Amino acid sequence: MIRPQHNYPGFWAFVAHRVSGVALALFLPLHFLALGLALESDAALDRFLAVADNPVFRVAEWGLVTLLTIHLGAGLRVMALEFLPWRDGRKGLIGLGAIAAVVVGTIFLLRIG
Amino acid sequence: MTPARLYLLQRATALILAPLVLVHLGLILVAVEGGLTAAEILGRTRGSVGWGAFYGLFVVAAAIHAPIGLRNVIHEHTAWRGRSLGVAMAMLGLLLAGLGARAVIAVVAAP
Repeated sequence: MIRPQHNYPGFWAFVAHRVSGVALALFLPLHFLALGLALESDAALDRFLAVADNPVFRVAEWGLVTLLTIHLGAGLRVMALEFLPWRDGRKGLIGLGAIAAVVVGTIFLLRIG
Repeated sequence: MTPARLYLLQRATALILAPLVLVHLGLILVAVEGGLTAAEILGRTRGSVGWGAFYGLFVVAAAIHAPIGLRNVIHEHTAWRGRSLGVAMAMLGLLLAGLGARAVIAVVAAP
């Protein structure tokens, strides 16, 4: 019987890729609608940005930036596995993607202050 | 559309999106310092052919990539499949393309 290997790093990379992808797809229409406020006026976009200038939005934005980095890293890993010659150190790709997500998220938090 | 075509489209759009996302992330980290303002965002994008092409390509690739990805997730984790799933995802792609094009026009086209 084939049992799912839930404690294998590749499984968690797969889960992270899926969860981040679904979250980003759900966020995308909201992102486009917010930017579309500039059609109305510059002031309308500024009013939205003022509303978004609070800790709850900042945490959400940090989450989205981190999820985007996770999705990029996990996606590049999938393409490396599919298109590049098979080689050792594949788990290193997962670690690299995770570190990149933490670094980008941390820089975002430091800069948004 | 056949699964093979969807797979190829998903990988092709991923290859397009990867460098665009890298630039997007870099710009977010630069622009976010001191908070965002409409003047700062629109000052960069208004009238810029380069940013218009960048975000236009970004929207088209994302509007194809996201519905195919969601379709895979729904297909593998729920009982929903068949024509209705394909139609729903195609409509989602059109919605994303429409809203995305509207957003690009909003930030690039002169007022």
